[in-house]
Amino acid sequence: MKIKLHVNGKKKSVEVPPMKRLLDTLREDLGLTGTKEGCGEGECGACTVLVDGAAVNACLVPTCQVDDAELRTVEGIARGGGKEAARLHRLQRAFLDHGAAQCGICTPGMLMAALALPKKATLDEIRAGLAGNLCRCTGYMKIYDAVAQFLDGERA
Amino acid sequence: MSKKKRNGEKLRTVGHNVARAEGVEKVTGAARYIDDLSFDGMIYGATVRSTVPAGRIVAVEQDPAFDWSGFTFVDHRDIVAPGKNVVAMIADDQPFLAVDRVRHQAEPLALLAHADRARLAEGLAHVRVRYESETAQLDFESADKVLKEIAIRRGDVDEVFARQGVTVVEGTYRTGAQEQLYIECNGVIAMPGASNADDGGISVYGSMQCPYYVVRALCVLTGLPREKVRVVQTTTGGGFGGKEEYPSLIAGHAVLLARKSGRPVKMVYERHEDLVATTKRHPSIVRHRTALAKDGTILAIDVDLRLDGGAYVTLSPVVLSRAAIHATGPYRAEAVRIRGRVMMTNTPPNGAFRGFGAPQSQFAAEVHMDRIAGELGLDPIALRKKNLFRTGDVTATGQKLKDSVAAHEVLDRALARHALATKKNKKRAHNKNDAARGNGTPSGTGIALFFHGSGFTGGGEVKLASRAGLALAPDGVRLLVGSTEIGQGTRTMHAQIVAETLGIPYDCVETADPDTARVPDSGPTVASRTCMVVGKILQRAAEKLRAELGEYDDEKSFKKRARWLLAERGSVEIIEEYQKPGDIVWSDETYEGDAYGAYAWGCNIADVEIDPISYQARCTQFTTAIDIGKAIHPILAEGQIEGGTLQGIGWALYEDVVMRDGKMQNASLTNYIIPTTLDTPPISVEIVEHPYANGPFGAKGVGECPIDGPAAAIVNAIRAATGKRLDEVPATPERIMKAMA
Repeated sequence: MKIKLHVNGKKKSVEVPPMKRLLDTLREDLGLTGTKEGCGEGECGACTVLVDGAAVNACLVPTCQVDDAELRTVEGIARGGGKEAARLHRLQRAFLDHGAAQCGICTPGMLMAALALPKKATLDEIRAGLAGNLCRCTGYMKIYDAVAQFLDGERA
Repeated sequence: MSKKKRNGEKLRTVGHNVARAEGVEKVTGAARYIDDLSFDGMIYGATVRSTVPAGRIVAVEQDPAFDWSGFTFVDHRDIVAPGKNVVAMIADDQPFLAVDRVRHQAEPLALLAHADRARLAEGLAHVRVRYESETAQLDFESADKVLKEIAIRRGDVDEVFARQGVTVVEGTYRTGAQEQLYIECNGVIAMPGASNADDGGISVYGSMQCPYYVVRALCVLTGLPREKVRVVQTTTGGGFGGKEEYPSLIAGHAVLLARKSGRPVKMVYERHEDLVATTKRHPSIVRHRTALAKDGTILAIDVDLRLDGGAYVTLSPVVLSRAAIHATGPYRAEAVRIRGRVMMTNTPPNGAFRGFGAPQSQFAAEVHMDRIAGELGLDPIALRKKNLFRTGDVTATGQKLKDSVAAHEVLDRALARHALATKKNKKRAHNKNDAARGNGTPSGTGIALFFHGSGFTGGGEVKLASRAGLALAPDGVRLLVGSTEIGQGTRTMHAQIVAETLGIPYDCVETADPDTARVPDSGPTVASRTCMVVGKILQRAAEKLRAELGEYDDEKSFKKRARWLLAERGSVEIIEEYQKPGDIVWSDETYEGDAYGAYAWGCNIADVEIDPISYQARCTQFTTAIDIGKAIHPILAEGQIEGGTLQGIGWALYEDVVMRDGKMQNASLTNYIIPTTLDTPPISVEIVEHPYANGPFGAKGVGECPIDGPAAAIVNAIRAATGKRLDEVPATPERIMKAMA
């Protein structure tokens, strides 16, 4: 089945079985390996991406369901998609400043979930909003610090 | 200059929060983990596993009606001399592929590979294994086969217990298995060729902590010489011990398939397979008998400690060793007797997990301290203060604690921090007008003190003889080190130590890829040794390089000297080897002496409330003070402490490995529960810095110590909240309900 997608602001078209997991389509057909698989059953959130602005687990979404949707993955956060530190998004910078990424495997999903938080989120709302994203390294404290710094900047 | 620095000159890099070496790749999605890599002609591998806990293998059969074209099939017959079907570790008892008997569920029996993963899954379903079932020993308490036994003796314990007027307190404590639960499952890619495809060697890329362990295991499996086996660690999504010994097994499997098929083979476990097949924290049962004077002075400690080793020896002897040495907790006694045993059961082998036995034995020691306080009618904190190690005290193995002993200081600082946090929280609760919520909800506070030896136990570091060093470049230096970055910040912290020692900016130091063809064997990345032990070797290499470079005073003059030296010699590489500090003495025969060069010290205070309807205990605030000698990078060090603490809270409250017929029943993230953000209390961290003279800039280990205390602090808090004793973790609602009934 031919499926049209808007991925990180670019138009893409893939020929995949309709029920292929969005996670596999991203990683295998579009070469976007930044989105990770941690459990394959929607529990860990490592595969979180934004579909029309909403955070979803790409391991639970069949590709046919995102036909014509607007997708955003970790590769689309930095301006221009560049690797250089100068072009990092403020959320990415906050993750670096606060040591919110350790092994980094949950980081792409965590970043996408954080981007979907309401701009005025309180600490309790940050905790609730990230509850679907497991991190085994940080104990979450540094992640709250980073997300709070980012949201503070958004409000300013 | 380095001498001057020790005398108090301001440090420019060490102690500062420099930019994490591999940070940008990790926040942009550019970092390549094993499952993100692909090679031309690559196929996928899978494992045929046993479905009984014990039995004789009658036949492993490929369904003749199934179309096997395109498949590669491997069983034990594909391992041929001079190769050996043995996972080289401590004992040679574990095969890569079972030959005639199965000793646990999910034991590897055969391997399949195919280019198409859907076909591979079909193939797996068409391999049939027939067994003659045998009786399985699934309970380590009644098991009688001992994989390893250790005895530690100091003074005459029986004489002290027989004295008139001593009070004896006894207790038995249990801990359950725990899964490391790195978010990236175990995985490797193996391919023919070490430096090129036709050289007869092999290469393995993978998620791992110890590339040289894998090299050693593959040399035994294949019979190839060391230079024909190349192992490259890829960006690793968490380890926690779970990628210490296991990667040797999965790498061996991928290599067998790659050599038979002649193609690169990727084996990446799915979560279910990772949970049922790979190592866990050893379950434990610990019996304490303590002899005390009336005033609460501990006179003698008698401990019997048992661990569930599972079906093969793997690393159990050294896990047991660390558990036994730490079994007194950070307390002195004139006589100590510790008997430790690892029992063999027909369950998947247990193995390395952050803390390595010390969390189990110190859980028992610290819950027991609260029992003693209760039975003697003493204040738990006063009891601890009376008995805590001080400088000059002697440990169970007869080690005189000479410097960097911070047990009292971590206690005082944790208490002060906890008091402050409690005041703040009360004020906040009052402001939010939700103080009334406390009504009817049992709540309580618990404490735990602990210590953790840094580096390998006893003579281990001498045997390892780790090597690490530097290569000079025109613009800086490159670290040549086999330690791995697994999230803890190895690369950053090592670069800081070297930059500071050389007196050059952090940016001038880079790290060579962790490829065994290029970096020396710096020993495994385990045991809280990467900073204290390997960091010290790098510091010595940097001091040597500095001496060879001659005088320079800034970055510009350093580069000038570097170019001069390179022009003079062509290339400059300095590799240093571990040197045992002169005052460390240890005997493996008697188990006496300096078990570790230095100890980290910790104190935890947990505030817990219990839902009166569901009996779910919830940690509402957690305070931890840890002495690590020196925080080379404070944010990274805090990250280690916060992460280790939460892993300990998970073990205490949520993480329950449910076994039936020798197999994990809740092998999914839906029902093996690790803490989410909503289960996580505010964790307040106090870093204490009592420098250790033989560590780089005074640093000791940090990675493991934080997980030694949370379980005991939480169980002690549950006791404070309910008045009921719970001597077991995880403290699930079922267990709390039973205790409160």
